[in-house]
Amino acid sequence: MDLDDTPEQAAFRAQVRSWLEEHKAEAPVLQGPDAIKDEDEIIAARRAWQGKLAEGGLAGLTWPKEYGGQGLGPIEQVTANQEIARAKVPGILDAIGVGMLGPTIIAHGTDEQKSRYLAPLLHGDEVWCQLFSEPAAGSDLAAVQTRARLQDDGTWRLSGQKVWTTNAQFAAYGLLLARTDADVPKHKGLTMFIVPMDAEGVTIRGLRQISGEAEFNEVFFDDVALDADAVVGGVGNGWGTALTTLMFERVTIGLGSEGMGYNSTRFASALATDEAARRDPEVRHRLGEIAAELLAIRFTGYRTLTALQKGQVPGPEAGLAKVTLVSGAIKAGDLIADVLGPDALDEDSEWSYMISFLPGLKSAGGTEEILRNTIGERVLGLPPEPRLDKGIPFSELRSKEGAAA
Amino acid sequence: MNLALSDEQVFLREAARGALSRFKTLEAAREALDGDEQALPDLWPTACEAGWPGLLIGEQHGGAGLDAFDAMLVLGECGRVIAGVALLGHLPATAILDASTNAPMLEALATGEKRAAYLPVSPPGDVQQAWTVDPHSGIERPAAPAVSGSGDGATVSGTFAFVPDAPGAEVLVGVAIQDGKPVGVAVESGAQGVSVEAVERYDATRSLGHVKLENAPATVLDAPPEALAAAWHLAQALIAAESLGSVETALDVSVAYAKERFTFGRAIGSYQAVKHSLTEVLRNLENGRSLLYYAGWARNGSPEEFPLAASAARSVAGRALDDAARTMISVHGGIGETWEHDAPLYFRRAQLSRRLVGGTHGATDRVAGELLAQA
Repeated sequence: MDLDDTPEQAAFRAQVRSWLEEHKAEAPVLQGPDAIKDEDEIIAARRAWQGKLAEGGLAGLTWPKEYGGQGLGPIEQVTANQEIARAKVPGILDAIGVGMLGPTIIAHGTDEQKSRYLAPLLHGDEVWCQLFSEPAAGSDLAAVQTRARLQDDGTWRLSGQKVWTTNAQFAAYGLLLARTDADVPKHKGLTMFIVPMDAEGVTIRGLRQISGEAEFNEVFFDDVALDADAVVGGVGNGWGTALTTLMFERVTIGLGSEGMGYNSTRFASALATDEAARRDPEVRHRLGEIAAELLAIRFTGYRTLTALQKGQVPGPEAGLAKVTLVSGAIKAGDLIADVLGPDALDEDSEWSYMISFLPGLKSAGGTEEILRNTIGERVLGLPPEPRLDKGIPFSELRSKEGAAA
Repeated sequence: MNLALSDEQVFLREAARGALSRFKTLEAAREALDGDEQALPDLWPTACEAGWPGLLIGEQHGGAGLDAFDAMLVLGECGRVIAGVALLGHLPATAILDASTNAPMLEALATGEKRAAYLPVSPPGDVQQAWTVDPHSGIERPAAPAVSGSGDGATVSGTFAFVPDAPGAEVLVGVAIQDGKPVGVAVESGAQGVSVEAVERYDATRSLGHVKLENAPATVLDAPPEALAAAWHLAQALIAAESLGSVETALDVSVAYAKERFTFGRAIGSYQAVKHSLTEVLRNLENGRSLLYYAGWARNGSPEEFPLAASAARSVAGRALDDAARTMISVHGGIGETWEHDAPLYFRRAQLSRRLVGGTHGATDRVAGELLAQA
């Protein structure tokens, strides 16, 4: 039992560290007095920095070499993330594109799609966004209603609405799940498309959140024309293609959670300066319970890495770490605000932002309820709930739902 | 990065499971609660045969020279079937003795011919700066006993409440204060001035004793202070491992029942309310397991983190077992609270375990203390 790098991993870490040492002066400054303020400048600088990281072999490490990646494993990805954090420089801007959407195209795309889209995606020249969720299709993603209709000339016309779309405001392309056949059961009539975000009929609106910031968007499609070669993974195969993306999403969230800064040391430091708080039995008990669970998921992460290193695929139970992370951070924000008082809610306070951000994070990347269903069924082997939508054509299902409402 | 069991560790765990499966420990636990103390099997010969008494004693003294994590694996198996094997008392005691050059009876303790019990003495923390013992009742923690005299004439006086596995142990090993400094002490239970009063409390499988020392002749051990503190944290980690073993069984039994019991035409495990409460048991179990790895790794890999790791494991495992036992009862409905069912045995185990050796509450406080002290 050890937490050490193997000799190969140590050599890789040294290589990453020396690259970062050499290039970190070129990284954009996002914090402190010299930070870039203008939102557009930040995005431009982060895109350029992603390009440098890609050239240095620090972006898309798990991508095959033929698509500009390094052909390495998740362990090296985690090592690179750790070193990027250690060097106190930003990571890649398009984590969704590189972590989830690019790998989906690698798995399901045509040769033309791979050669056209992957290199600019990896280098940050073209940022991507994920157009899956809709106002009425989140946990039940296969219920998407955005409709793509095949035209006589083989092109498509797209209409509908997507929501919770991170990075849409500066994305060049989106990977979009649409319904192409409403007369078959809902998982079967879906197709995945590549959508240019500057196409006529695409409207992007920022969605402001509790913090007041707009970190994601709603996107409207009004009779948008798509070429025949916009289809990824074949017509009618959209659900299978989407599952690939969601699998990569789980890995991205699982390996990235330590980087969110929700750790026991940071929370304890916020309380330690208050002499009365650090001796108060209730504060100590709450901190102890929160910290013990956050320490646990640090080692759950190491267990996951051990499994990956042995070539095993992490199971859905890895999702439990996300539940623990979010609920632990929520309780920590609550405790810190109880001790610091209203100052914790000052707009400039790091705690104010965290407290506002967490309620939404509970649903992001799969709601807690859906996670618990999946884990209860796949890990514990409990039976699923009876479903009313199996085997029924989507169009009939919609009219039934309409009648019930 | 390697947080996986070695082949030897898998073998150790499987062998323990096999050895304990030869006994009807749960039935015995119930009968013992009904007053038939003879019902409890004597598992010490099984432990000796498997080499468990010498797990933490060096090979030069006839032990296996293994690590805390190996001991935790064995305790986990004991917890699965609520087997009382006297290791919770014996192993931390032998860890102190093994770290001393003047320990008595080490060879006999390694084979299990003789048995030791650890007198729990809690090391100082950030707020409580003295070595303390568990109170008989209440939350005020009395100071650790003091050593009088020195060399062959050294004696120790003090009381220890609810000491695991004290009845029947030949050697009692703890910590006392000599000239303002903590020292390890070993007392033979047959010596003058030593009394061990056996106590049964709520969970008949847990052997406990109130220990009273009145000018009892003691060997002052030369174990380093780190070893004295580590014994306390080892006890925390062992209770954590044992508790999580019990959680595993409670979860397995509850899940099996949730699949076979039908209401309103469907298995109760299909209802989200039931499914989600069972995934909560799994969440706690997985968190606890990860912390056992943390504690097992830290014991040798980063000893300064061992107090934090072991306390965190105890904190999570204690709550995990309480939640698992209560969920086991509620998933089973009325049958889960009947005397004939196993659920009450896990519930009783949970309630008592959480209050022994500093308690789950004390471990949670130490997690905070360790982090605040470092901050």
